Amino acid sequence: MKVHEFQAKQLLAAYSVPVPRGQVAETPRQARAASQALGVPVAVKAQIHAGGRGKGGGIKLAANPDEAERVAGEIMGMQLVTHQTGPEGQLVRRVLVEEQLQVARELYLSIVIDSSNGLPVMMASEAGGVDIEEVAAATPERIHRLAIDPTIGFLPFMGRQLGMAMGLSGDVLKQALAAMDGLYRAFLEKDCSLAEINPLVVTADGRLLAADAKLNFDDNALFRHGDIAAMRDKDEEDPLEVQAQELGIPNYVKLTGNIGCVVNGAGLAMATMDAIKLAGGDPANFLDIGTVNSVERVVNAFRILTADPNVQAILINIFGGMARVDVIAQGVIDAQREGGVRVPVVVRLAGTNLEEGERLLEESKLPVLRASDLGDAARKAVEAAKQAAAAK
Amino acid sequence: MSILIDKSTRLLVQGITGKEGSFQTRRCIEYGTNVVAGVTPGRGGETAEGVPVFDTVKQAAAETNANASLIFVPAPFAADAVIEAAYAELPVIICITEGVPTLDMVRVARFLRGSGLTLIGPNCPGVITAGECRAGIMPGNVFSRGHVGVISRSGTLVYEAVAQLTARGIGQSTCVGVGGDPVIGTRPVEILRRFNQDADTHAVVLIGEIGGSAEQEAAEYIGAEMRKPIISFIAGATAPPGRRMGHAGAIIAGAAGTAAAKQQALREAGAFIVESPAEIGAVTDEVLHNFQVR
Repeated sequence: MKVHEFQAKQLLAAYSVPVPRGQVAETPRQARAASQALGVPVAVKAQIHAGGRGKGGGIKLAANPDEAERVAGEIMGMQLVTHQTGPEGQLVRRVLVEEQLQVARELYLSIVIDSSNGLPVMMASEAGGVDIEEVAAATPERIHRLAIDPTIGFLPFMGRQLGMAMGLSGDVLKQALAAMDGLYRAFLEKDCSLAEINPLVVTADGRLLAADAKLNFDDNALFRHGDIAAMRDKDEEDPLEVQAQELGIPNYVKLTGNIGCVVNGAGLAMATMDAIKLAGGDPANFLDIGTVNSVERVVNAFRILTADPNVQAILINIFGGMARVDVIAQGVIDAQREGGVRVPVVVRLAGTNLEEGERLLEESKLPVLRASDLGDAARKAVEAAKQAAAAK
Repeated sequence: MSILIDKSTRLLVQGITGKEGSFQTRRCIEYGTNVVAGVTPGRGGETAEGVPVFDTVKQAAAETNANASLIFVPAPFAADAVIEAAYAELPVIICITEGVPTLDMVRVARFLRGSGLTLIGPNCPGVITAGECRAGIMPGNVFSRGHVGVISRSGTLVYEAVAQLTARGIGQSTCVGVGGDPVIGTRPVEILRRFNQDADTHAVVLIGEIGGSAEQEAAEYIGAEMRKPIISFIAGATAPPGRRMGHAGAIIAGAAGTAAAKQQALREAGAFIVESPAEIGAVTDEVLHNFQVR
C-alpha cells in the first residue's frame, strides 16, 4: 500500500527523521493560511501517489501567502501527468505547503528488502535529487549498500560507513546517523516494503532534512497496523481495481487489451497473458482469483470483467490444486445465468475435481467454448475476440 | 532417489484441523504419503483424518518420529509455526500459507540460516516426489514417476508444466514449488544444487517469473556447475513494467527483473529457453531426445 508524501513525513517525523515544517491544504484558502502560519517562502506540492511531480508542474514555489493561494489554485484540480501516472494523469485533490529550503546538497537514502539475501538493505548516495535508477544503472559505484541483519539491528558504524561514503562529516554526519536510525526503525516497526528519502537535503545552514519521502507498506502486514491501513486513499487507485478488492479479488490489474482473463495463481495468470500475446491477442487484465473455493468470487470476477467496456472475450484458465475445479465451473455457470455476460467465454479447466467440473459445464448446456490445454485456450480466446470485434 | 521427500518421509501437518489442512491431509494420505501426526494447539488427544493430533510440534515429533512438516496455519501465525518446527529440528519444513508478512520471513530466514534445516515456501504448492510422497496441495494425478526435476516460483505453473510433461510420457523425480514471495526459505539455485547431485534426476525444468534475481543466481550456477540439461520458461514476458502482478516477487525492479534479462542470463549459461508456456512439454521432449536422457 502506498501513502502520500505528507503522511510519510508525519510518520517519519515520529521516528526522529527531520522533515521541513509544513501543512496540508485541501483548498487554495487553506494554502494561503498555511503559508501565513509558516511565515516564510514556501513550496506548494501536489499530493498524488505517483512520483515525478515536479516535471509535470505539480510543485511550485511561492514567496508569500498571495502567491501560495494562487499556485495552489493552479495545482489543485489539475490532472497531473508524470512518467508514473500514465497519459490520463491523476487528479490533484490536496497540496502540501512547506517551508522552502536553501539546498546545499541533495543526497539519497532508502531501505528495501533484498530478496537475494533476505535482508533489509540500506542504500545511500551522494547523487540524490535526480532519477536514482539512472544513477544506479550508469554509475552503480555511487550507490552504497549495506545489509542490515534484523537480529543485530542498525548500528552506529553502519551509519558512519554510509554517511562518510556520501561525503558527510561533523555535525551533519551526526544528523544523518539519527535519520538513518529513524528510517530503519520506521521500516521495521511499520512493516514497510520501501522507505525512501529522495532527496535527503543538507541546507546552506547545515541542517539535514527529508525534502521528499516515500513509504510503501506490506499489504500482508496491514492487519497489525490499523493506523497505516487508515491512511489508504482509494482515490489514488484504479476504480475497477478498488471494486475488485471489495468483491474479494485482491489481484486484479486493468490493462488495455480486449481479452478478459480469470486465472488461479499469479504465475499461471502471467503465463496465460504471455500465451494470449503469442497467439496474436491482447489481454484486458491480469486477474489472479487466488485459491478460490467460493462460487460467489467467480461470479464477482465475471462482474468485474464485464464492467470493462474493452472486453470482447473472456478466457477462464483454472488449474485446480487447492482450488477446486467444480466450484469454478459452478461460478462460470451462475455468472452466465445471472446475465450480463454478452461476450464469448472460453473455458480451460484442469486439476482437482476436474470430472465433476466437466460434468457441471456439460449439463448446463451453456454456450461456453471448451479448450483442451493452455495453447488451445489462448488461440480460441484470440479468435473469439477477433470475431466479436469484427461483428461490431 | 529423489530430493527432499520420499517413501521414508514421516509427515507432520501443522494446522491439520483447519478446513484446507484437513482436506489436503486427506489428499496426501490418498496419494500414499505417510502422515504420522497433526498439530493444532488445544486439540491434543483428538484424531483428524485418522491421524493423532498433538498440542505442540515437540510432542508430536517425540512420539511419532516425524521428519518433515507441512504447514497450513493462517498467515499471522505462520512464522511462529515454522520456528516451532525448527525448534523440534524437523529437517524439512514446507509452508503452504499465503500472505505471510515479509519482515516475518526476514526473521525466519535469518534464524534458519546455518541450521541445516530446509524451509520450502511460504506461499507455495509444496513438494511432491511422484508416486512416493505428496507434501503439499498439488493435484496428484497429473504427476508421473520419472527423471525430470521441476522447480517453480509459481504454484499453478508447476501443475501446468507437469501436465504437459506427463501428457508426453515424461515423468518427474521431485517437483518443488519454492514460493512466490520476496523472501523464501529456499531459493531455486539451492534446489538446482540438490537436483545436480540426485542420480534419479536427469534434467530440470526451471520455471521463473519477472522480478527479483533468482533466475540470474540460477544461471550463474548452471553455467559453472550444472551437469544436466535445463529447460526454462519465464512467466511475465508480456506484463507491463512497473505493475505488481500478484506475487510481490513479480515487481519489475531494475533491468535484472525483466523476462528478457532472465532469459538471456539462462540462455548464456546453456539453458534451453521456452518462449511459450504452452510449449514447455514439447521443448523438454526435444531436449531429452537430443541428450538421450529420459
